[in-house]
Amino acid sequence: MTGGRVISFREAITEALRQEMRRDARVILMGEDVAGGAGRQAQGLSEAWGGAFAEYKGLFTEFGDGRVLDTPISEMGYLGAAVGAAVTGLRPVAELMFVDFIGVCLDQLMNQAAFARYMSGGRVHVPLTLITHVGAGVGMAAQHSKMLYSFFAHIPGLKVVAPSSAYHAKGLLTAAIRDDDPVVFCAHKLLLGQSEHVPEEPYAFPIGQARVAREGRDVTLIGAALTTSVCLRAAQALEEDGIDAEVVDLLSLSPLDEETVLASVRRTGRAVVVDEGFPRCGLAVDVAALIGERAFDDLDGPVRTVTAPHAPVPFSRPLETAFMPSADQVRAAVLDLTAPNTGPSGRTGA
Amino acid sequence: MSGETRAAAGAPPSRDDVLRLYATMALIRAFDQRVATLVLKGAFSGVGHLCVGQEAVAAGVCAALRDDDYVTSTHRGHGHCLAKGVDPGEMMAELFGKATGTCHGKGGSMHIADFRRGMLGANGIVGAGLPIACGAALTAKLTDSGRVTVAFFGDGASNIGAFHESLNLAAVWKLPVVFVCENNRYGEATPVEYALSAEHVADRAASYRMPGLIADGQDVLDVYGKAREAVAHARSGAGPVLLECETYRYFGHFVGDPARYRSAEEVEWYRARDCIIRCAEYLRERHGVAVKQLDEIGAEAERRLDAAVAFAESGTAPGLAAILEDVYGEARA
Repeated sequence: MTGGRVISFREAITEALRQEMRRDARVILMGEDVAGGAGRQAQGLSEAWGGAFAEYKGLFTEFGDGRVLDTPISEMGYLGAAVGAAVTGLRPVAELMFVDFIGVCLDQLMNQAAFARYMSGGRVHVPLTLITHVGAGVGMAAQHSKMLYSFFAHIPGLKVVAPSSAYHAKGLLTAAIRDDDPVVFCAHKLLLGQSEHVPEEPYAFPIGQARVAREGRDVTLIGAALTTSVCLRAAQALEEDGIDAEVVDLLSLSPLDEETVLASVRRTGRAVVVDEGFPRCGLAVDVAALIGERAFDDLDGPVRTVTAPHAPVPFSRPLETAFMPSADQVRAAVLDLTAPNTGPSGRTGA
Repeated sequence: MSGETRAAAGAPPSRDDVLRLYATMALIRAFDQRVATLVLKGAFSGVGHLCVGQEAVAAGVCAALRDDDYVTSTHRGHGHCLAKGVDPGEMMAELFGKATGTCHGKGGSMHIADFRRGMLGANGIVGAGLPIACGAALTAKLTDSGRVTVAFFGDGASNIGAFHESLNLAAVWKLPVVFVCENNRYGEATPVEYALSAEHVADRAASYRMPGLIADGQDVLDVYGKAREAVAHARSGAGPVLLECETYRYFGHFVGDPARYRSAEEVEWYRARDCIIRCAEYLRERHGVAVKQLDEIGAEAERRLDAAVAFAESGTAPGLAAILEDVYGEARA
């Protein structure tokens, strides 16, 4: 994708919402300060924040308070209201400012939104999109920095996407809003400012479809959200080592595009899965198990994982930086994997 | 039924209105008493949360609603479903886990939902229906449909966060929702006097600046009257109402719970104020309805239950492929 208009990941979210809200009057947006906070009219402001991460700037002005709803700090209340609105004909987009807040409202996502279709025998569907912010790197410590996307992917009935770039953010958010099932849209905080070419016209990128972000012959590096760029940097560094790495960008965690992952690993014979989430029962081991079960005969060595350590996200900058998977760690894992006559030396970071 | 339009504001319910309320209560009682028998026989899996004794609340509140109004329910929800018009045969088939059930056997007793009837779902999670009711009411408000949503919940749920978040949200957004608390005095085995900081659940309405009403939940006419008032308030655009109905369950928390946490005297005190007996007395004394006619209403309810059980027993279990059906995908009509 070269040439054309360049916008940021943040602006791509705004644009997807604006276009879908214009296209479909049933689409509404609700969350804490998605308009800009109470008292705006009294101060003569049409809006202020446009969300804590400013992805919704301009939407209140265009669509008004019947479509863009500031909520009290009541995640259980408004996420449940989004479920109720979804089962009665609207297509709500709810924002959970930080994914870490899921602890105070999980029931409405896990027991209500995810299972309504199943437990009603298919009599109802829940066209709900939950936009949430994930990831470390912004100095906010353990209660505002987790990934938790594996946690959502664990629950049948939920779909989970984790775009790695502005182009896919727009396409996946558009697809999420048009989807008849609940979709958790995980926006990594460090990606919001990243820009690239994004077409102006509306488009949906299919949920459940991964992409090969870089082609290579020797090893497959698998990432999602921010770790896709970590894999790409590692792949570039590995050129100096004479290793030609392929990068698979998962984009969706649920459904998982198993075939794209397996096809790549069958070509390269080696795999390193890179995941900013916690190592136990997470995305990295899930994908590693998939490869082990379905592509074992094509492997030239063990599947390696590079993850965050099994520790809360630390605050101190050097600790936080060390916590997050790095291109150096990925490169080291690949070199370990491709070195002659060496066995597996365990997980990196775990 | 559309009691609201039949019984214009303030007018006492007609003889036919009260007969319909009586018939609804008789059907609910017949249903849950039959469920008790079937659970004890081991006819199907799961526990039965019975509302025997509480029939007046479901009957009185739902009679105040339009057909297209919404209801969210609880783990003790058979009465709400029946009062909202869900088919007893499909409900019984659901309890039996049959493909012919309301939810094709995927939900069971605690999760009956029938969107054709505005029944948005019983719920296995205490308090979970209240935020969902706010959402249904939000849809009604934003689409100007004029629909009202009733959230049924118990005294126990009034202590969970979802209750407080929902009342606040409904109040600040002025949502057309009526929160109906069925205070049956026990959250499982814990008495309300122990668990509730307020004297009445309805007292909590004041914190959210909404009307708080208390009805005698053993008197279907009192419930019906207060529900009409609450529904009219919500439908007018004036915002939510909290209606507490003081009631009692004759069975324990589940079928087989001996309920030793309460005295025989207490149970007898409530049984002496039974909602169906009192409604029968009212119909005889006020409207001269013959005992024979009331008996026939009871007999008709039993015949409908015979047919419901026969329908349930004749159904087949879902095929094993159903395990993976409706996890994702397009909704059926």
